[in-house]
Amino acid sequence: MRDLRLPFCPGCGLFSLSNTFLRAVYELGHENFDKFCFTSGIGCSSWIPSPYFKADSIHTLHGRSIPPATSIKLIHPDLNVVVFGGDGDIVGIGLSHFIHAARRNTDILVIMGNNMVYGMTGGQVAPTTPLNTRTSTTPYGSFEHPLDATKLAVAAGAAYSARWTTAHLNELKESIKKALQTQGFRFIEVVTHCPTAYGRRAGFKNIGEMLKYFKENAVTVQQAEKMSPETLERKIVVGEFVSRRRTTLVEAVYAKLKEAKVTGKQDGD
Amino acid sequence: MKKKRVKTHFWSGNEACVEAAMAAGCRFFAGYPISPSNEIPEGLSERLPQVDGIFLQMEDELASIGAVMGASWAGWKAMTATSGPGFSLMQETIGWGFMTETPCVIVDVQRVGPGTGQATRGAQGDVMQARWGTHGDYAAIALSPNSAQEMFELTIRAFNLAEKYRTPVILLADETIGHVREQVSTPPLENIEIVNRKKPKAGDKVFFGLEQVAPMPTVGDGFNVAVTGSTHDEYGVRFTQDATVHRRMIEKLNAKINNHADEIVEVEDYNVDNCKVGIVSFGCTSRAIYEAVELAEAEGIDVGFVRLKTIWPFPEKPVRRLAESAKKIFVAEMNLGQVKREVERVACQSEIIPLTKIGGGELITPEELYAKIVEGGK
Repeated sequence: MRDLRLPFCPGCGLFSLSNTFLRAVYELGHENFDKFCFTSGIGCSSWIPSPYFKADSIHTLHGRSIPPATSIKLIHPDLNVVVFGGDGDIVGIGLSHFIHAARRNTDILVIMGNNMVYGMTGGQVAPTTPLNTRTSTTPYGSFEHPLDATKLAVAAGAAYSARWTTAHLNELKESIKKALQTQGFRFIEVVTHCPTAYGRRAGFKNIGEMLKYFKENAVTVQQAEKMSPETLERKIVVGEFVSRRRTTLVEAVYAKLKEAKVTGKQDGD
Repeated sequence: MKKKRVKTHFWSGNEACVEAAMAAGCRFFAGYPISPSNEIPEGLSERLPQVDGIFLQMEDELASIGAVMGASWAGWKAMTATSGPGFSLMQETIGWGFMTETPCVIVDVQRVGPGTGQATRGAQGDVMQARWGTHGDYAAIALSPNSAQEMFELTIRAFNLAEKYRTPVILLADETIGHVREQVSTPPLENIEIVNRKKPKAGDKVFFGLEQVAPMPTVGDGFNVAVTGSTHDEYGVRFTQDATVHRRMIEKLNAKINNHADEIVEVEDYNVDNCKVGIVSFGCTSRAIYEAVELAEAEGIDVGFVRLKTIWPFPEKPVRRLAESAKKIFVAEMNLGQVKREVERVACQSEIIPLTKIGGGELITPEELYAKIVEGGK
């Protein structure tokens, strides 16, 4: 870490997420970030690596963290390229990059801190806000269905997709470790408590209440399979949604580079 | 032993751009299909893998320019090619590239706009967008080729300027120049001047915000570089509240380009010191100048011209010099007078007469330019 004060509000779930990520990396035997490169967009979660991690970090525009991660990984396949972003960044404004990166099986790990709201800008409704939640732009309660990003990653072709909450830090840590050792597109959604911009309007008195809500309403992927869509509506499904092996983008591109040497013409005229 | 010599090709402007990018050391391209730029990605998708370069077709222009910026920080020379609508989509990231001092080349093969306009028809309506397309205070470099030969030369120059000044450089071509097929001569590769970015030495920590251009690290090289499009200090640390840090940085980044305008600006000029009538033009439109000048001279009209090969920073000195002798300056362009405004700004003592034409990719002919000169000369 750089010697800088972290920017998060008191009680923010992103402290837990940062800490858990660092712990996972350390437990995998990394003493520093020499083998890592981080990219992030705009939003609270995007501040996790930039500039606080003593690492190479590319802090891009809102929603645009995945495309540079793609080219960096292709040019430096030896680096662990990790993207940090919030729900607005990754599956709001940047959704198409997310889907296409999963489709390509781009060799990057995307960690999405989902606080279910646009936190940095003052708590506006997000594509992930649960139905009927009061936010700063839905004073009568939100009226749109939220997006299930973890499921979407599976459908789009991710090699690994999992969801945890800030009430499941041990599971999250093990999940990050597993994802860092998996090839291809890996996605971890972390439902995180945002007392400042989400909790107080959504009706939570304190952080403890939010964490309790996460714990009590979390059901595992296996349990969820046996439940009806109606009963699942207010639940948070946690666990690994997929863990599989598919040809990755790096493997595919480098295989084509070999082919081009054999078949391509060498002179441009 | 085979003697190295100048080679002659029969290339379209877009093909010349492909080979120039290869010669300049470009090793990464990301783009999204759009007319009339498509021969550039098609060519590079074949050529780049032959030299272990990477070609990606992305999901949109936002992803394309983003991947280009990432590739540049990964240490490779990178480019994209597009046209008006795609160029519009890239503007936010072009500003990010200026702010983070990320070298790259963006080719805009202009077509008729606004909106979808006329996708396959040439125009020169993106001149001001190339300068002011993104928000905030920034300086832009844009070059304007007027032949396939110049598409080759200015593509290489675009990469060299991008690397030297660590900034996005725009090659403002147009449909006519992209598709015109003509003779292109290329010198032996070793005779082409290639500029590469300054790299940091071990222990260096200042990577941003210097007028003399800070060294640029590559991710993975152990410099722990923090790159951000938010206001940052010389070390890359974000300062989003401090007025002093912002002023210092933005003034230096603008000075980095504006104070070197003399070096960046290139024009072709003719008879500028002795003419009574001047012409300013650029890109495909400027191909009409030569014949119009011949016609005018045959009638005894003293005519000179400045052809802009660099459009941004605007060639103020060459145009002022023309205005010192030319009482009337004709500005020919395929838009409703974008460069005319600049000429008015720098040459206010002369009478500025626009000759504009838009739509259908119809060019301004030498006869039209000549007729305008005769009419305006009365």
